[in-house]
Amino acid sequence: MFTWLEWIANLLVVDVLKIERGSRAGSAMQFFVFDTVKIFILLTLIVYAITLIRSFFPPERTRRLLAARKGHRLIGHLLAALLGIVTPFCSCSAVPLFIGFVEAGIPLGVTFTYLVAAPMVNEVALGLLFGLFGWKIALIYVVSGEVIAIASGLIIGRLKMERFIETIAMTVKVGMAPEAERPSCRQRLREAWAFTRDLLKSIWPYVIGGIAIGALMHGWIPTGGLAKVAGRGNPFAVLIAVAIGIPLYSNAAGVIPLVSELTRAGVAMGTALAFMMAVTALSLPEMILLRRVLKPRLLAVFIAIVGAGIVFTGYLFNVIL
Amino acid sequence: MRIQILGMGCAKCEKLEERTRKAAAELGLEFQVEKVKDLQQIMAFGVMVTPALVVDGVVEVAGKVPGVEEIKKLLAK
Repeated sequence: MFTWLEWIANLLVVDVLKIERGSRAGSAMQFFVFDTVKIFILLTLIVYAITLIRSFFPPERTRRLLAARKGHRLIGHLLAALLGIVTPFCSCSAVPLFIGFVEAGIPLGVTFTYLVAAPMVNEVALGLLFGLFGWKIALIYVVSGEVIAIASGLIIGRLKMERFIETIAMTVKVGMAPEAERPSCRQRLREAWAFTRDLLKSIWPYVIGGIAIGALMHGWIPTGGLAKVAGRGNPFAVLIAVAIGIPLYSNAAGVIPLVSELTRAGVAMGTALAFMMAVTALSLPEMILLRRVLKPRLLAVFIAIVGAGIVFTGYLFNVIL
Repeated sequence: MRIQILGMGCAKCEKLEERTRKAAAELGLEFQVEKVKDLQQIMAFGVMVTPALVVDGVVEVAGKVPGVEEIKKLLAK
């Protein structure tokens, strides 16, 4: 699919920049040009596609769909995990969404399934994974993310922790949702494009930065050079990766290209997946916001369960991949 | 014209405010911008996703940051 691009990258590096083929600088440069263009093409396509689907699932609709399935716990969790992918979400909306869900009578566990799936399976991560690791790893990431979200929600639901919701979440008066007009087809296409453009504008420096550092490492760290420290042999690698990943939220766009380079250098795939999930699913700013509606105990349980799920996934894929 | 920006203070809220100010200024409107960061007040508008743009008490945008041109159309209504 991208042979033509490889050819152009080669032409640019060898004939235009006059860098010797096969030299360190040459291979780093070629890698950089090829990867950057390929990733931006895939990122644009995937972000656009997901944004377009999203226009059909405004949060009010998601809430309605979930509230209608209050009685069917498992279906509720499954639906919440799927809707997490296609409902627009930003960690700054976590609190109002949480209150909106609880107020509509959506079970606490189902709400958590949504809150785990929504940030973890996001369009940027998906586009970058597809571009850098291929569709198989992207698919593994999505499926594991959904499973972790469902499992975490089921467990939190079982623990009956409703009393650890801050009273403000129960007492706050929620106004009538504004009547939204149904956008026309053209409007959807145009708005999705505007969103895609805005998003790419805000993340491109991180993506390029990540790829550039990766390209530099490509020339200097031999393939498999990190296998000893972070390969399958080190049982602590997954734990350390998750611990580092949690505070890195805002830079998911720069982190994923770097991780792809690290896997080439020998970091085990499960460890890399766990790291990326920790980066996207658990973020410090979101936790601070959620503290407004969750008592410390519930917040701690939430972090612990999701964290454990990610660590487990890391070990699982270190064994089977 | 009374413009309110709802949001608990994230980068997107800043961007929405910036674009709204620009749109209103370009239209030559007389306006005042108020930032609503209080959770109870935000919820009272019935929005679940922020940032949101409220013009004279009516929620016009929730959960996204439209372009300046788009905001101009909303303000000119």
